Amino acid sequence: MSDKNSAQPVIAVRNLKKSFGAFIAVNDISFAVDKGVCFGILGPNGAGKTSTIRMIYGFSPLTSGDIFVFGLDIKKQYRIIKARIGVCQQDNTLDPDLTVIQNFEVFARYFDLDKKTAMERASSLLKFFALEQRRDARATELSGGMVRRLVIARALINQPELLILDEPTTGLDPQSRHQVWERLEGLKKQGMTTLLTTHYMDEAARLCDELVIMDQGKILAQGSPQSLISEYTGENIIEVAEPEDDLRAFAREKKVRQEDLGHRLIIYTEDGHELYREICGRFTHKSCILRSATLEDVFLKLTGRELRE
Amino acid sequence: MNVNISTRFMRIWQRNLTVYRESWQVNFLPPLLEPFFYLLAFGIGFSGMINSVSYASREVSYVSFIAPALVAINIMNNAFFENTFGSFVRMYYQKTFDAMMATPLNAEEIITGEIVWGATKSVIGTVIMLIVISFFGLVSYPAGILIVFVAFLGGIAFGSTAMVFTGMVERIELFNLPIFLFITPMFLFSGTFFPLTGLPLWAQYFALVLPLTHLVNLVRALSLGLFNLELLISLAYLIVFCLVMFPLAIFKMRRRLIK
Repeated sequence: MSDKNSAQPVIAVRNLKKSFGAFIAVNDISFAVDKGVCFGILGPNGAGKTSTIRMIYGFSPLTSGDIFVFGLDIKKQYRIIKARIGVCQQDNTLDPDLTVIQNFEVFARYFDLDKKTAMERASSLLKFFALEQRRDARATELSGGMVRRLVIARALINQPELLILDEPTTGLDPQSRHQVWERLEGLKKQGMTTLLTTHYMDEAARLCDELVIMDQGKILAQGSPQSLISEYTGENIIEVAEPEDDLRAFAREKKVRQEDLGHRLIIYTEDGHELYREICGRFTHKSCILRSATLEDVFLKLTGRELRE
Repeated sequence: MNVNISTRFMRIWQRNLTVYRESWQVNFLPPLLEPFFYLLAFGIGFSGMINSVSYASREVSYVSFIAPALVAINIMNNAFFENTFGSFVRMYYQKTFDAMMATPLNAEEIITGEIVWGATKSVIGTVIMLIVISFFGLVSYPAGILIVFVAFLGGIAFGSTAMVFTGMVERIELFNLPIFLFITPMFLFSGTFFPLTGLPLWAQYFALVLPLTHLVNLVRALSLGLFNLELLISLAYLIVFCLVMFPLAIFKMRRRLIK
């Protein structure tokens, strides 16, 4: 590959918009994903995550803006792009009429792979995803975790240069989630560029090098998980349950970044140890904890705490 | 509308064939047994009342009159049910089309592949039925061979119509509507079980609008070895019907699939 190509982002999204009638699902977003990067799109339900990635993998037409994948225009060269990416959709799209191995066989044909190549790749993918034992099982006989692993494995049959995952671990038990994460980390080590959507902060923090937080069709923040934490919340958080009014006044006086949720006061700090001791010592309250800030704090701060849908 | 259909649609056809082969024994049974049941019921049951039917100014036995109609009905049903219930289940419940849309395949190819598959099921059913009724001496050869091609054409006609409905219905139960209003009347009033000449004139004209009438005409003429110019009209009708319904199916389904 030439230098020009390696410098070019794998995905370039510019001023992308998507509307369904009067509803604007994606409202003028731009971002780029470099080679080898695991890029996350975080957002509550209805934020526009799925609409965004559906346009990237050529499922939905763009209302306006541009998407370039591998430097190719999705509007014109969707077939070439689709042949070079692997997509793992949110729903279980395994073919329930077929067995595990037949799922690979049939899917490989959609990419014009010959049967020999397909079977070789399927065998090694089944091994990598610890599904060898279920080779001849019906797709309907698999557990939720196996289904998810199989969907990801199937998405790799064409040896994609970009893997797109829409909520890869939604609905899985903790064991299965960790299984999936380990495989995805394995793929990342091999240099796979990955784009994923999620509303699990621990997933994003663990897998993503870079991410955007979306809400109501807009990008609210962008950066590495750590840089977002530093920028929006600070390193540590003091969380006080049932704060008294004098504590509220004290916190305001200190001019620290804070959020008052009524029954709970959240103070964002860089260090916070001293302040924590002061609060514990001077004020009465039900509980007061000092903890590291997480991506979840950033997320809730940016997208608010109201229920969605 | 930018329509782009490559031969990749055969990949969808192949997928359905792979599934069909998984349970071919079950799939072969209906076209094998159905003509037996019908010929038994109508051939033996009715033969006491009706000895022969006058068709194309000739007397033919009732059994040889209805046997080709059964083949035509089978062509209609195979494609229609495959591209309504079968396609709807794959699209709506199994998300098979969603998975395909994330590969180099596009929506037009998926729909085309489904319709061609529906027509293929019509052809498979037709071949099995022809073999069965040939044992009863009810097909004249070599003209009877052409029925296989007519089966494909008829399959595309009814499969495309079915796909238009699949592109429109919200719930699978709603297919009962086109079945009750479109399929069942055709099954009875397309010159299938009695000659159209027995009907009042207005009903005869109405029957000419129904695609099954023309399919029955073609299959019956070929299996009886009776040819006339009217057959060309029936053939032309079916071709025009396909040329209208197939693009309409693509249009309706694209609107449904592409979000």
